[in-house]
Amino acid sequence: MYDVAIIGAGVAGSAVARELSRYQLKVCVIEREEDVCCGTSKANSAIIHAGFDAVPGSMKAKVNVEGNAMMDQIAEELDVPFRRNGSVVVCTKDQDPAGLEVLMERGRANGVPGLQILSRDELLAKEPNLSDDVVCALFAPTGGIVCPFHLTMGYAENACSNGVEFFLNTRVDAIAKTEAGYSLSVTHTDTKVSEEKEAKIVINAAGVYADVFNNMVSERKLHITARKGEYMLLDKDAGKHVSSTIFQLPSKMGKGVLVTPTVHGNLLVGPTAVDVENKESVNTTQDGLDSLGRTASLSVKNVPLRQVITSFAGLRAHEDSDDFIIGEAPDAKGFINVAGIESPGLSSAPAIGVMVADMVKEMLNPEVNPDFNPIRKGILDPDTLSLEERNELIKKNPAYGNIICRCEMVTEGEILDAIHRPLGARSLDGVKRRTRAGMGRCQAGFCSPRTMEILEREVPMSMFDITKNGVGSNIVIGTNKEI
Amino acid sequence: MKAYDLIIIGGGPAGLAAAVAARDNGIDSILILERDKDLGGILNQCIHNGFGLHTFKEELTGPEYAARFIAQVKERNIEYKLNTMVMDISEDKVVTAMNREEGMILLQAKAVILAMGCRERSRGALNIPGYRPAGIYSAGTAQRLVNMEGYMPGREVVILGSGDIGLIMARRMTLEGAKVKVVAELMPYSGGLKRNIVQCLNDFDIPLKLSHTVVDIEGKERVEAVTIAEVGPDRHPIPGTEERYTCDTLLLSCGLIPENELSKSAGVALSPITSGPIVNDSLETNIDGIFACGNVLHVHDLVDYVSQEAGAAGKNAAAYILKGKTAEAKIVEILPVGGVRYTVPKYIRPTEMEDTLTVRFRVGDVYKNCAIATYFDDELISKRKRPVMAPGEMEQVILLKKKLAEYPDLQHITIKIEEA
Repeated sequence: MYDVAIIGAGVAGSAVARELSRYQLKVCVIEREEDVCCGTSKANSAIIHAGFDAVPGSMKAKVNVEGNAMMDQIAEELDVPFRRNGSVVVCTKDQDPAGLEVLMERGRANGVPGLQILSRDELLAKEPNLSDDVVCALFAPTGGIVCPFHLTMGYAENACSNGVEFFLNTRVDAIAKTEAGYSLSVTHTDTKVSEEKEAKIVINAAGVYADVFNNMVSERKLHITARKGEYMLLDKDAGKHVSSTIFQLPSKMGKGVLVTPTVHGNLLVGPTAVDVENKESVNTTQDGLDSLGRTASLSVKNVPLRQVITSFAGLRAHEDSDDFIIGEAPDAKGFINVAGIESPGLSSAPAIGVMVADMVKEMLNPEVNPDFNPIRKGILDPDTLSLEERNELIKKNPAYGNIICRCEMVTEGEILDAIHRPLGARSLDGVKRRTRAGMGRCQAGFCSPRTMEILEREVPMSMFDITKNGVGSNIVIGTNKEI
Repeated sequence: MKAYDLIIIGGGPAGLAAAVAARDNGIDSILILERDKDLGGILNQCIHNGFGLHTFKEELTGPEYAARFIAQVKERNIEYKLNTMVMDISEDKVVTAMNREEGMILLQAKAVILAMGCRERSRGALNIPGYRPAGIYSAGTAQRLVNMEGYMPGREVVILGSGDIGLIMARRMTLEGAKVKVVAELMPYSGGLKRNIVQCLNDFDIPLKLSHTVVDIEGKERVEAVTIAEVGPDRHPIPGTEERYTCDTLLLSCGLIPENELSKSAGVALSPITSGPIVNDSLETNIDGIFACGNVLHVHDLVDYVSQEAGAAGKNAAAYILKGKTAEAKIVEILPVGGVRYTVPKYIRPTEMEDTLTVRFRVGDVYKNCAIATYFDDELISKRKRPVMAPGEMEQVILLKKKLAEYPDLQHITIKIEEA
C-alpha cells in the first residue's frame, strides 16, 4: 500500500513527487511512457511566463506568479538551464494599444513585478528584428526561458533519489475506490503484465487524460480537450534573431504565435492552437507549419525559416472551465486532481508541487524526511569548463574526450551519465532529451548508430530492443537478409 | 603548442589526397585529423562499386578506393590522429582538437586544408508534416547501419529523394531482403547519376515518381504509412493526387550540405549557393593559408573529382607554405549565368594560376542539346556542345593560363548555358 500514487510523470506529477519526498511517505509515480517528460511537458514553448495573461483570482494566475518567483531557486537546486530573458507583447499598427494596458493591469493585479509599456524606439534598441508594423509593447522582465526536459527530469530524478518509486511503461487501466483509498489496475506495457497497486491518496496529473481518470471516481465530471500546438525549431545560427520572448497581442485573428530563443540557443516559433479529437495526434500538418511562418512575421521580420531543423507538435490539456483544476475531487476523498494543466503549466509547476504536497500533508500528517536532499546535479556540460579542467576530466574519464554528437558536441561521457543516473535513459530520445545528442542540425543522422552502440553496451540491451522512444519504436528490425 | 606546417581537417577521400599531394610537393610536417575510428571517411560505408574509373581506370568499391589512398598516406609516413574531433579553428590557424588519450590539444598550423565533407539534409529541414515515429532515416544513416553494422532498419521502404545515396540504398535494401515500394522525387528530374537510376531502380523494377513529395507520415511508434502526392511547377502538392503506401521505413535522400561549422569559426566566407567556402584558383578561402576541397567545398558527384580537386589543394597549400604568403595579384571573378548555378573556383588570378585550371559547376535544370559557353568579358572564347546536362552531374570548363595572358585587361569571365 502506497501512501500516494501519482499518475503521470510530466512536469506537474514530477514536481509533486519531489515535494512529497520531503516527507516520510511511500510514494510512487506511474507513467505510461518509457521515460519521464514524454507528453505535454516535452513539447511546449519552454517559457517561464511572467503571469500577466491569466485572469486575476484564477488558479492559473496564482500558481503562475508564485511558480515564476520560485524558479531561480528551483533551477539552482535541480541544476536546470534557466534564464530570465524577459517577455515582450507587441502591438502592431492595426491593433488597439489599449489591449496592452489591459494586460498590464491584469499583470499588476496578479502581482507581476516590473511591467512597463515600451515605445517602438525603446523596443528596437532591445530587439532590432521586430516587424516594421510594431508600434509599442508590454515588457515583463521576469519572463524567462527554461529547458522543459531538465526541469521535469530534475524534479523526477530528485524525487527518485529521495525515495519515490517510478513505474515507467506502466499504464493505468482503471481506478476503484477501496476501504483504505484507491486500487489502480495497471498494465506494464513492455512485459504486458497486469497488477493492482493500492494507494491511500491518488494524484491525477495525467495531462490530456486527467479527465478520464477523474471521471472514473468522481461525479463532478471534467472534460479535457487536446489543443494541438505546432512548432518549428531553428538552427542555433538563428538563435540570436531575438533575445526576449516575443508574444503577439491577441486579436480577433487569434492569439498569435511567439518567437523566442531557447535556453540552449536555438530559435523557436509557435504554437498553433487547434482543438483535436484524438489525444494521441501529435502530428504536424502542412497547414499548421505554413501558418507559423506567416503569423510569426507579424511581430518579427526575416525569421530565417530556411534554417528550420525540426518541427513538432504538442497537446495542451484544456479543461472546459479554462482554468487549472487543482485539489481534491469534492466527492472522492483522497483523489487530488492536477488537471487541465495547459499553459502556463511549466511556469506553475514549482508552485503546484508545493501546493499539492501541502494538501497531502494536511491529510496524512507525515513526519519530515530527515534524509531529504534538495540538490540534483545535472549532466555535466564540458563546454562550461576551462581547458585545464576539461583535460583533468578527460584524464580521469576518457569518455569525455570522445565526441558522439558532432552537431551539439556531446561527449560519450555525458551519454554514459545520462544512462547511469537515476531514471536513466533507455532510448535514443531519452539520451537526446538528457544530453542533446541528436538534437542538432543533422537531427541524429550521424550519432544514432553510435548512441545505439553505447546503449547496447551500457544498459546492456540488445540492438533489436533499442527504441526511439519506447515500446514499438524499434530502430532496427533484423540483420541483413534476416528480416 | 605543437606546430605543423599543414593540418588537414578530415581523413576522407579529400583529406587523404590533399595530404599525399602536399607531401609530394615538399611538405614534411603534415597532420591529418580524423573524427572516425578509421581513415577513409564516408567511402567506408559505400560498399558498392563504381569508384575510381577516372583515377585508377578500374571499378573499385568505396573501401577499396579509400584503401589505395590510405596506403599512399602510410607509405609516405604522413602523421594522422583517429577518433579526434576538431572543436575549433581560429583565424590565425590554431586548431583545437580533442580525443580520449590527449584531451584537448592546441595545434599551430602554417596552412590548413578544410576537408570535413558534408551531412545529409534531415526530415526536419525538409519540414515534412506528420508524426515523428521511428523508421525515418537519412539514406546515409541507413547505409551505415546496413553496410557497416549489418542491421536492417526496416522491411517495407519508401524513399524520398533521388540523390545517389538514396538510389544506392534502394538497391542495397532490396538485395538485403527489404521491399522498396517507390522512390519519390520533388523535382521533375533525378538528383542522382543516370547510371544509378538504371542500375539501382530500373534493374529492380523500383518505380521513380518525379515531381512527387511526401505529404504525410503515419504511425506513432514506428512508421506505418507514408502518403506522397504530385507537385505542381511551384513544387506544392496538388490536392487529389495523394497515394498512400503502407511501409515501416522512410529513407530520405534529399540533398547534402557541406559541413562548414568549423570554417565559420575561422572566419571563412561561404557561398549561399554551395554552402561551401568561396575560393580562388588555388582553392584558398578568404582567410590566408586556409584551403578547402572535396564535399566541404561543394558537393561532388564522383569521388575521382574529389581526389583531383584535393590533390590541387594539397599542392597549392604546399606552395603557400614554402613561399610563406599568398602573392598579391589581379583577381578576375567568374560569373555563373543562364543555368550555371555556381563555379568553383569563383575567383582566379591569371598571373598566379596553374597552366590549366578546371572550373567545376552544376546546372540548375535539365538541358538537352545545349552548349557550355565561356566568355572573356563579352568575347566568346569557347563553346562546347553537351547532349544532356542535369543537376545531378557536375560539369566543367578548362581555363588556360596562356589564353588568359592574352587578355591583360580582363574584367570577368562568364560561363553560361546556351543553345547549341
